[in-house]
Amino acid sequence: MKRLKNFLLLLAAAPIVAFASTTVHLDRAPVNVADQDSLQRGARVFVNYCLSCHSAASMRYSRLQDLGLTEEQIKDNLLFAAEKPGETMKVGMSKADAKAWFGATPPDLSVIARSRGADWLYTYLRSFYRDDSRATGWNNTVFDKVGMPHVMWDLQGEMAPVYKKVDGHEVVDRLELVKPGSVTLAEYDAMVGDLVNYLVWMGEPDQLKRKQLGIIVLAFLAFFFVVAYYLKKEFWKDIH
Amino acid sequence: MSALQKVMGWVDDRFPLTATYKAHLSEYYAPKNFNFWYFFGSLALLLLVLQIVTGIFLTMNYKPDAELAFASVEYIMRDVEWGWLIRYMHSTGASLFFVVVYLHMFRGLMYGSYRKPRELIWIFGVLIYLALMAEAFLGYLLPWGQMSFWGAQVIVNLFAAVPFIGEDLSIWIRGDFVISDATLNRFFAFHVIALPLVLLGLVVVHLVALHEVGSNNPDGIEIKKHKDPVTHIPLDGIPFHPYYTVKDIVGVIVFLMVFSAIMFFGPEMGGYFLEAANFIPADPLKTPEHIAPLWYFTPFYAILRAVPPMFGSQFPGVVAMGLSIVFLFFLPWLDRSKVKSIRYRGPIYKTMLALFIVSFIGLGYLGLLPSTPVATIFAQVFSVIYFLFFLLMPWYTSIEKTKPEPERVTG
Amino acid sequence: MSQEADGQKVDTRKRKFLIAATSAVGGVAAAGVAIPLVMSMMPSARARAAGAPVEVDISKIESGAILTVEWQGKPVWIVNRSPEMLELLGKHDDKLGDPQSEQPQQPAYCKNPTRSIKKEYLVAVGICTHLGCSPTFRKDIGAADLGGADWPGGFFCPCHGSKFDLAARVYKNVPAPINLKIPPHQYLSDAKLLIGVDAKGA
Repeated sequence: MKRLKNFLLLLAAAPIVAFASTTVHLDRAPVNVADQDSLQRGARVFVNYCLSCHSAASMRYSRLQDLGLTEEQIKDNLLFAAEKPGETMKVGMSKADAKAWFGATPPDLSVIARSRGADWLYTYLRSFYRDDSRATGWNNTVFDKVGMPHVMWDLQGEMAPVYKKVDGHEVVDRLELVKPGSVTLAEYDAMVGDLVNYLVWMGEPDQLKRKQLGIIVLAFLAFFFVVAYYLKKEFWKDIH
Repeated sequence: MSALQKVMGWVDDRFPLTATYKAHLSEYYAPKNFNFWYFFGSLALLLLVLQIVTGIFLTMNYKPDAELAFASVEYIMRDVEWGWLIRYMHSTGASLFFVVVYLHMFRGLMYGSYRKPRELIWIFGVLIYLALMAEAFLGYLLPWGQMSFWGAQVIVNLFAAVPFIGEDLSIWIRGDFVISDATLNRFFAFHVIALPLVLLGLVVVHLVALHEVGSNNPDGIEIKKHKDPVTHIPLDGIPFHPYYTVKDIVGVIVFLMVFSAIMFFGPEMGGYFLEAANFIPADPLKTPEHIAPLWYFTPFYAILRAVPPMFGSQFPGVVAMGLSIVFLFFLPWLDRSKVKSIRYRGPIYKTMLALFIVSFIGLGYLGLLPSTPVATIFAQVFSVIYFLFFLLMPWYTSIEKTKPEPERVTG
Repeated sequence: MSQEADGQKVDTRKRKFLIAATSAVGGVAAAGVAIPLVMSMMPSARARAAGAPVEVDISKIESGAILTVEWQGKPVWIVNRSPEMLELLGKHDDKLGDPQSEQPQQPAYCKNPTRSIKKEYLVAVGICTHLGCSPTFRKDIGAADLGGADWPGGFFCPCHGSKFDLAARVYKNVPAPINLKIPPHQYLSDAKLLIGVDAKGA
């Protein structure tokens, strides 16, 4: 009996153990890759804040036309590090420099949303807090001792941790705004939401097309099924 | 005589086209009582073709180079026109190939399709399954993500457990002291040409052997026992074409609907078909927090982990894993029952088969999880049941009372 | 079809219709799979980005000199023809295969005696119309190996000996059948040439 109970417990706990890389609570990211306005805003944040250190080497600037931007708009507003819209989102910083400055090479972000997941990114980008023991001056509740500084601190402002005791250990319970940034926390959250939405889109720019095509294909197959089913029925009259 | 008949006549004088068509389609007599489970053979063939065709087109843009491989997959996903669709067809097809093959094998177990005179069909089939596992394993390294790298690392290191020669063997397989560019390049060669040739050859002999002895059926009786005295056609046989071609078309369409639903709406299949960690480029210095093989290997992986190291060696686990497949080859001779089909067997066999399936799925599930003491106990219990299914088979199949088989096929 | 259970008559017309319908829908399905596969062999986004128009600064090309730039992966020559070269251009029409540029090997705005927008500058795709080698620039007037005193300067293909003049026009009796290609191009300013697109309205 005890075995059975253990087994059931194991079954219940398994998905959590197996598939969550961390036990930190993650906020749900407001992802909607059909929302072009949000994606455009996200692209702007991405180009302004992320691309200075991170590359997106599989992503071409010209692909931003899928978000409703014209080639001229891309050239005029988003093209900082490249010459032509046909180029991919490379980064000026050399890998060696990056490693020296941050302790690790900032990862390429082309498919970051597919490896980390939208919720992780959304929570992570809103979970930086002041920590003077770190070289960058920043730490993160989702990614402890992360090498990346809080790039958007001027927007969000400074957060400080509020601790609580769990099993005798001090752990960060939540973060509290101690020095306001240039936007409100709600505005900052919306901005990060746009950015994460963009990252999800960039992880697979064809994802909307994929789903649209899927509906057509399934409808076609349903029709094909009807025709083939009648064919089968007609021939099998002989047998039954 | 029409022009077409003339052309056919000309060809037939030089090549047995009409004769082949008749022997394998229009005058190949299959039992008329095939049920749902008999779709999976033709579906496996369809998937083989699909994997080969999509694979050819992926090869046109993929780069088997440790520096370029990961980016070339993303290049296919974005820059190549329709590349994303071709890649998803290949990745979805790989997993569904195993779904189909497992169901096809289960059919064989249920209806005794491995029994005399079909022993060779079964053996060729197990060989196909082995080749398919090798093909999938080799192909999984190619995207050069974290799971590709560390999965290959773990599996190749299994060979290192072989006594005496293990270390050298694993180095020889990798062509390096770690999984590297050399490994990627040779896995690519095996994946795109060597194993596909082996698979095609095995599929041909599997089908030739099948058409030599004729198909089994859910009743597990031989339709060749009752033939029309004049035409010598089995009374319960119907020509494969048109009857089973039109039926299989329906099966194919339903299967394609399942395939499309996965491929278009969830090609990652919740991380089972495409794993999140595999979207991070391979990093030889950093193992992902949790690694597990792809779902279709996990039953064997669980058996491997269930066996504790003995004499300071992992080798017994590797042997157990190997044996779990080797036993399949001997199935035709382990089964001593008077009947083939589960329909006429007694409760003991039914229970054993059910336990076997539960164990196999249970092992598959445990293989996905990190190893814990409780999980290990369960994996050990399941492994023992898995092996007892084979080891006790000569005994429980010979003592069991069976129901009488019908003379002619039913339903 | 030989079996007619229960003495039922087989409705051949219905069967033929259903076979035709299934084949037709199946054909559409097959085409639906084939199209993406075939289309995947077209130039990718990377290739198209690399084939984007190229901007060239031509102010540094000395008179009589050539500059080779890459456009769509092909060599494009820009020759700054000297007055002497230009003078010789019109004097050997009888030796050319297509002196009036009748073949559509140039945009309409370059169908003129110098095959160019500005008469000094020849812009041509440096790929031989015979089998695709890239001819060499031989401006040495009167070169002994290219017909001596008659050679007005031009291009010589080392693969099979085809000859072209300084307007990239092909000679008679050489393997290459037609003139070299003039790519679409336009002048953005006196010094800036854009290769790959026609001028708007041209």
